[in-house]
Amino acid sequence: MRIALFATCIGDTLFPDASKSTALLLTRLGHDVVFPPGQTCCGQMHVNTGYQPDALPLVENYAENFGDGSIDAIVAPSGSCVGSVRHQHEIVARRYGTTALCGRVETVKAKTYELSELLVDVLGVTDVGAYFPHRVTYHPTCHSLRMLRVGEKPLRLLRAVREIDLAELPAADSCCGFGGTFAIKNAETSTAMLADKIRNVGDTGAEFCCAGDSSCLMHIGGGMTRLRMATRTIHLAEILASVESKVASGVTV
Amino acid sequence: MTAVGLGLPGFPPRAPDGVGFLRGTESFPEAAHHELANPQLRRNIAKATHTIREKRLRVTGELPDWQALRDTGSAVKVDTLNRLPELLEQFEAAVVARGGVVHWAADAIEADAIVTELVEATGSREVIKVKSMATQEIGLNEHLESVGIRAYETDLAELIVQLGHDKPSHILVPAIHRNRSEIREIFLNEMDGVDPNLDDDPQHLAAASRKFLRHKFMTVPVAVSGANFGIAETGTLGVVESEGNGRMCLTLPQTLITVMGIEKIIPRFADLEVFLQLLPRSSTGERMNPYTSMWTGVTPGDGPQNFHVVLLDNGRTAALADAIGRQALKCIRCSACLNVCPVYEQTGGHAYGSTYPGPIGAVLTPQLTGMTGKDDPNASLPFASSLCGACFDACPVEIDIPSLLIELRHQKVEHTGFGPEAAAMRAASIAMSSATRFALAQKAAGLGRLVAGKKGTISTLPPPLSGWTDARDIPAPPRQTFRQWWKSAEGRAAIAEARAEASS
Ligand code: SF4
Repeated sequence: MRIALFATCIGDTLFPDASKSTALLLTRLGHDVVFPPGQTCCGQMHVNTGYQPDALPLVENYAENFGDGSIDAIVAPSGSCVGSVRHQHEIVARRYGTTALCGRVETVKAKTYELSELLVDVLGVTDVGAYFPHRVTYHPTCHSLRMLRVGEKPLRLLRAVREIDLAELPAADSCCGFGGTFAIKNAETSTAMLADKIRNVGDTGAEFCCAGDSSCLMHIGGGMTRLRMATRTIHLAEILASVESKVASGVTV
Repeated sequence: MTAVGLGLPGFPPRAPDGVGFLRGTESFPEAAHHELANPQLRRNIAKATHTIREKRLRVTGELPDWQALRDTGSAVKVDTLNRLPELLEQFEAAVVARGGVVHWAADAIEADAIVTELVEATGSREVIKVKSMATQEIGLNEHLESVGIRAYETDLAELIVQLGHDKPSHILVPAIHRNRSEIREIFLNEMDGVDPNLDDDPQHLAAASRKFLRHKFMTVPVAVSGANFGIAETGTLGVVESEGNGRMCLTLPQTLITVMGIEKIIPRFADLEVFLQLLPRSSTGERMNPYTSMWTGVTPGDGPQNFHVVLLDNGRTAALADAIGRQALKCIRCSACLNVCPVYEQTGGHAYGSTYPGPIGAVLTPQLTGMTGKDDPNASLPFASSLCGACFDACPVEIDIPSLLIELRHQKVEHTGFGPEAAAMRAASIAMSSATRFALAQKAAGLGRLVAGKKGTISTLPPPLSGWTDARDIPAPPRQTFRQWWKSAEGRAAIAEARAEASS
C-alpha cells in the first residue's frame, strides 16, 4: 500500500520519534510510506478556539497535499488530528470554502486513519512483531476514544507485543485535562485534572505511560517531569516499532 | 448563526440582566480559581459524582434497547422543537379545557410578576415549593421575598441550600457540595423549632427536616412547582421526584402554580414511555424514580382548585432561532453530563455562575442570555471544557455538547474576537498555511532548546503561556524536526534498512 504520513504540526516539531516510528513500522510491514512535503497542520487549534476562518487555509493545505490519487491511505500518529480531519474540515469547508474544496475534503477524509485504525482495520494486523520488555500503562485519549471510537484496537496491538507488562490504568477514560488551549485558558482546572491522571498513572507502577496522541503525552509528561516522577511517556508507535535489536528508549532525542 | 445581534435589545428577547441566576459576576477561570481552593467541596463532589456515574452505567447497561431509547428521545425532542409554537397552543387549549389558566411570560421579570400577583390574590404570605430549575432561573424566591412572601423549598437538598443562604451547585443534587456535618450546622442555625441536640446522623437530619416540612404542607395554601414534562395532547403536567415532598405540594394546597420553560413540552402522552425510562436512569441511576406525579387541570373536590401554568420564554425563543440553541433545548435536565464531566468534577457548579452548571450549562446559559461582549462572564463558559466528549456519550437525548461548544466559541470570536489572541491565531494560520513558512517557524521554535538548556525541558514561559508552565514542563524542541530527519541521510538509511527487513 502507498501510505502518506501526516506528521502533524506538534508531532513534526516536538515529537518526531512518533512519526519516525510510524514510518519505520509501516515500511517494515512492507508498505510504501511517503511524506508529502507541503503538509503542515490540521487546523484543530483554530477550530477549537473559535477561529474557523483562520483554519480555512490549513484545511485547504491538507486537502491539497494529501489529495494525490496515488495515495491509498493517510496515517497520523494522533487521534485528535485525525478527529479534526474527519469531523471539522467539512464544517470549515462548507462555511468558508468552495464546493470544489468540500469535494476534496470528503475524498481525503475518507482515507485518513489514526495509527491503530490503519493497522487493525485496514491492514488487518494486530501482531506487528514488536518487543518491549517494560511495564506500560495505556491512556486512551479522549478524541481517539470518543471521536474516532478506536475502542480496544490500541490495546489489542499492545497485548501482542513480546515481553510487555501491561498495567491497567485506573479511571483510564477520564480526560487528562489537555484540551488544546483549554490547558492555558483554564490552566488551574486543567492542572487539577492532570493531577488526578498522574496519580492514577503513578498507582500502576508503570515505567511508561503510553498513548496515541503526542499532545496528551506532552501534557501528562510535562506534569510528571515537574513532579520528578520516574515514569516516562511514550507514543504507541514507538512501542510498536520496537524490535528486539532496537528497543525505543522512550527519550525524545 | 444567530438572528439576533448579541448584546442589543432585540426580538426574540434574551434573558434580562439583573434578575434571576443566569449570570455570575466572574468569568469561569476566576470563579474556578476560588472553588479549586476548597478541598472539602472537591472531595464531596468527586465522591458524589463517581457514585452516581457508576450507578447510571449499571442501570443503562442492563437495558438492551438503551441506544434505541436515546435515538427515540432525541427524535421526539427534535420534532417537538421543530413545531413548538403549534404544540404550545395545543397544550394551552388542553389546559384551559380542563379548568386551568395559562399565562405567557416573555422573560424572568414577567414570570416573577405573574406568580407574585397570583400568590397575592390568594392572600397567603407563604408558599411551598417543589424543586424547580425554572424558578431558580428567574430568581422567584428572592422576588417573592422582596414583596414579603416567604417561599419554602420542600426538597431536602434545596432546603439545605436555601437555609444555608447558598446557591444550588448541581441540577439534581443541589447540595452536592455539602456534607452532613455542614448540614447539621445549617439546620441548627436556621431551622425553626429544631432539636438543639441534633446530631449528624443522616436519618436524624432527615427526620428534623420532615417535621419542619410536614407543618408547612399542612398549613400553607399555595404551592409553586416546575414541571419535567408538559404534554401537548392532554395538557397534563408531570413531576418526577424521589422524596414525595413534590406530591404533597401538588395535592394538598388550594392553589397550584406551575412555572415551565416552553421547551419542556412533549407532543403525546405516549411519549412519556420513552422519557420515564431515560430520565431516572440517567439522573439518579435508578430504574424508576419513587414518585411520578401527573396532573391535568382541576378536579372538583380533589386536589388544588385553582391551577395556573406560567409558560416561560426567558431566552428560549432566541435559542430556538439558532441551530445550536435548538439542540441545547432538547435537554431534559437529567444532569448525567455533569456527573461525567471532569471539569465539573474539579470545580463544582458554582464556577459556572448560572442555575445551569456543567457541560449543558456551558451551552445553554450563553444561549439564554446572549454573550454581551468580552467581559460578559457567560462568554467564558463555552471555553470551560476540554472537549473530552464524555457528556455527549452520557446524554440520554444525544445532545452533541462538544460540537455545540465549538460553535459557540466560533460565535463568541465572531462577535468579540479582536485582541492578542486573535492576532496570535492569525499569525499561526499564516505560518502554517505553507510548508516553507512552517519550516521557518519550526526553526524559531528550535530556539526553545537554548531556553531549555541542558535539562531538556522548559519550566517558565511568559504569560499567557505561563498558565502552562506554572505546573507543567514543556520538552525542548528536538535537534531535528521530523521533516529534517526524513530528508537526511540518516533518515533515508533507516527507511532503507526497514525496507530491507520487510523483504527479508
Ligand atoms: S444535556 Fe443531556 S445529559 Fe446533560 S442534563 Fe441535559 S439531557 Fe441530561
